[in-house]
Amino acid sequence: LEDAERPPMNTFRAQLRDDPDVASAVAAIRALLGFLKQDRGETIQGLRNSLRDAIDTLSRVDSSVAVSSGGELFLRFISLTSLEYSDYSKCKEIMIERGEIFLTKVSLSRNKIAKLCHPFIRDGARILTHAYSRVVLRVLEAAVESKKRFSVYVTESQPDEAGQKMAKALRKLNIPVTVILDAAVGYIMEKVDLVLVGAEGVVESGGIINKIGTNQIAVCAKAQNKPFYVVAESFKFVRLFPLNQQDVPDRFKYKADTLKTGQNLTEEHPWIDYTSPSLITLLFTDLGVLTPSAVSDELIKLYL
Amino acid sequence: QAPELSQEEKLQLRKEKKQQKKKKKSEKGQSGEPAEQGATPEPGQPRGERRRLQRAPGVPRAGTPRCKPTGGKSKAELRAERRAKQEAERAQKQARKAELSQAATPAKPRQSPTEPQSMVKRLPEHVQVDDSAAQKKLTKKVPQREDYGTKVNLFSHLHQYSRKKPLTQQMSIPSTVIHPAVVRLGLQYSQGIINGSNARCIALLEVFKQLIRDYSTPPNEELSRDLVAKLKPHISFLTQCRPLSAGMGNAIKFLKKEISCLPDTLREDEAKEKLQDTIDKYLREKIVLAAEAISRSAFEKINDHDVILVYGCSSLVNRTLCDAHAKKGRAFRVIVVDSRPRLEGRETLRRLVRKGIHCTYVMINAISYVLPEVSKVLLGAHALLANGSVMSRVGTSQIALVSRAYNVPVLVCCETYKFCERVQTDSFVSNELDDPDDLIVLRKGQAQLGGWAENKSLRLLNLVYDVTPPDLVDLVITDLGMIPCTSVPVVLRVKNVDQ
Repeated sequence: LEDAERPPMNTFRAQLRDDPDVASAVAAIRALLGFLKQDRGETIQGLRNSLRDAIDTLSRVDSSVAVSSGGELFLRFISLTSLEYSDYSKCKEIMIERGEIFLTKVSLSRNKIAKLCHPFIRDGARILTHAYSRVVLRVLEAAVESKKRFSVYVTESQPDEAGQKMAKALRKLNIPVTVILDAAVGYIMEKVDLVLVGAEGVVESGGIINKIGTNQIAVCAKAQNKPFYVVAESFKFVRLFPLNQQDVPDRFKYKADTLKTGQNLTEEHPWIDYTSPSLITLLFTDLGVLTPSAVSDELIKLYL
Repeated sequence: QAPELSQEEKLQLRKEKKQQKKKKKSEKGQSGEPAEQGATPEPGQPRGERRRLQRAPGVPRAGTPRCKPTGGKSKAELRAERRAKQEAERAQKQARKAELSQAATPAKPRQSPTEPQSMVKRLPEHVQVDDSAAQKKLTKKVPQREDYGTKVNLFSHLHQYSRKKPLTQQMSIPSTVIHPAVVRLGLQYSQGIINGSNARCIALLEVFKQLIRDYSTPPNEELSRDLVAKLKPHISFLTQCRPLSAGMGNAIKFLKKEISCLPDTLREDEAKEKLQDTIDKYLREKIVLAAEAISRSAFEKINDHDVILVYGCSSLVNRTLCDAHAKKGRAFRVIVVDSRPRLEGRETLRRLVRKGIHCTYVMINAISYVLPEVSKVLLGAHALLANGSVMSRVGTSQIALVSRAYNVPVLVCCETYKFCERVQTDSFVSNELDDPDDLIVLRKGQAQLGGWAENKSLRLLNLVYDVTPPDLVDLVITDLGMIPCTSVPVVLRVKNVDQ
């Protein structure tokens, strides 16, 4: 198994290194596609099992929700072929073809979302965002391209100071940006017009899993009646249904390296939190603009 | 439009023929051809038209393999039918007056020995109990069960029956029309011997299997059409005993569709066997296997050291908890909440304690006291409505409301066969009133409420169901998976596509 693990992990790591702009799920899917092409198995079942193992390996490298959900969707998307063709090699060809289609669709999703979302940013708007999200960056880029003027507040987002990275990228786009403390969200909320965040995963109830601190921002926004928008690609939709913060599985809460060491997790600080659907106004996805209750509908369609 | 008009004319002609036959019968007092609405099969008529006349409210009209899809009746047709009916009734009244026989009300004992089949008709779905005109029309044709006691004004559109006098003493049931097994079932429902939506539905389907076994097609009739017509009086009888639940309604719809879509080429015994197999499959898939699937999904939501609150007695919730305890992976304890007058929580307590689950028993007025230590609430449901509301035993919405105030997640377990397409935003529109005498309690030999009927300003209300709005429920566990409350119409849509 050790030798089989290496190729997808290496491709995955290489991709994340070379193209920092690519979503980790897209890189994972590319790695899986490469793995599929190289697979030497002879049966469909064997292929599915080895793909599943590959997905597990990848989640051990990067434990985010998106990698797991993207992998699951990829598997589902290509494995519907096994019902139609009985000849294995033909089946595999079709699978690879479909995998490529899935990959292209998924890489275009960010642009689709940007096109849907930027009309919601009006001229003179003040936006609050959280941590570093490439989708939010793309949306704000599209807004700048359509000649809108707006300013952005970014939370610092400890413990990895992802907010500083976001601020640097925004400054390159010539957008006036202010970095605020995580604790200052309640203070700044009355000044902003809307809150725009990305998501690492979108769950069945329509809630989101995102960098720690998102839940607080959502609660403050609700209290002050500010719209809370989420931008996420459709491959981030995952078949989880957490009832509260505790219900989110541990494998998503902590980084992969921490989980591997197997130390006592009560001492560790979680990296993500769960925001319930009642706090979210709208979700912008490549499937369209959805309300939280429509997410379950889309999930049923995706996974059916 | 041209073919529609000619069908309208045909409808009118048939109506008039039927009314003439009825007139002849009432004059001569003989049992003629059964004059049930729309059940007379006339050879040569297109099947779709007859389906329209049958007026079975639940039979889905589109998408079935063999049945012609119809668009429902047009307004003109409905008006024509109503006109024809009115004229016929007027003619009937005049004929009766001319006869100089007894008035219409003792029609019951006079007609029952001589005309068994035309007697018991299907009640319209929404019986307006407080509309005297509608009730007068019904008393001419159907043996009605009498209401008991004064009703609260807000619920005067519902029936309120007493359990003291058994059903068979109150109404005369023509034994040639109603199968004795159905009479037994009706008695069991009305006396509360069979309780709980799953139990009632299983009993209903078993009795229908018996009905089908004992059924024999009369000559010149087709099984697929006649059997549905024969089921109607049984269903209306059972509705009189106790209003049907949503699950039972769906099961009956399914059965009627299966019967009416039977191919003509089958012999009678083959057809009967096929129907019995279909019923068995329905029972197995929708109730038994669904319970297992739900129990497995719910197990994922039960964590170690959980404190789970349950209310009343739901067979599904009990099974989930017993299975979870048997798997021995999770240590949890249960708080059973109970309420008067049914005290169903005692049955839950009995079942759980027997399996060795650690239980606490409280009455519903103590829930604010226990909720701070509860980690989740697990409820059963009687029906799930199309807007996501949960219809369940009275008291459930109260528990959901207080749990929301304490931020405790509320989970509802419900099989998909209980999903119905009705929408209700409050608990008044459609509910069930139980025997008000249940509220009278004997303490130290004295019943304080004993003389409530004499007191003109005192009314007793014993509601059975209430409706919980969807925003108080966090998660619904069904056999199709875990869905939020707002996705119920999606499931209904998927189910309709499947069928």
